[in-house]
Amino acid sequence: MADVKRIERPLSPHLTIYRPQMTSMSSIMVRITGIALIPITMILLWWFLAAATSAESFAFIDGLMRSWLGKLFLFGAAWAAYYHLLGRLRHVVWDFGYCLDVDVAVKLGQAMFVGATVLTVLTVLVL
Amino acid sequence: MNFLTDRKRALGTGSAGHGTHHHWQMMISSIAIVFLFPAFIITFGLSLGGTFEEVLAFYGRPVPAIVTALTLIVGVTHVMREAQAAIEDYMHGVSEKLTYIGVTALCYTMIAVGLFALVKLAL
Repeated sequence: MADVKRIERPLSPHLTIYRPQMTSMSSIMVRITGIALIPITMILLWWFLAAATSAESFAFIDGLMRSWLGKLFLFGAAWAAYYHLLGRLRHVVWDFGYCLDVDVAVKLGQAMFVGATVLTVLTVLVL
Repeated sequence: MNFLTDRKRALGTGSAGHGTHHHWQMMISSIAIVFLFPAFIITFGLSLGGTFEEVLAFYGRPVPAIVTALTLIVGVTHVMREAQAAIEDYMHGVSEKLTYIGVTALCYTMIAVGLFALVKLAL
């Protein structure tokens, strides 16, 4: 039967005292990029809503988006989207039962950072 | 030692009562965004740099409009679940519930706002 008594157990060592490793860092970055995509989407929606509203309101946000600050934002946004995509793909691969060895996971983590950067640079070059 | 009642173990739906539903939804949307994010980045990148009239004409075409709508619905729902999981991990009690509701409301509002803008652009 149910044992609902609460026991004070020691907590496992947490983020603050763990040495940063590729496995943990690449995983944390998936979460950070995923959540970052919410404010990123809000700014992109501003552009879409302005385009649907009037030429004047569009000119403001479009100018901002095409300035160096906007380009920096779009570069970061594309990187976050690509990184999150690759990280989530890794989760799917893991879930299907592949690539679960630590050394493979470390290599996949490195591949995610490199892959997101390559894809972002490629996007900038092509578009 | 068992921490579950027999009934709860038979149901197997865990403390949130939804079992692996959230995880399965993440699996589906994770595969979806592999296609949708690049498709959106390409269409958005193509439209950016055009004049106001060019942007209106671009999103009047079916492919850019549909790609954007799909990415908006599937992508925002995906990052909403991403944020919900983070809230469940790091927040507790009333603040957890209220933040969870707030993030959910924000994300659905974003989808509605985006779809409204797209409909106006496309029609």
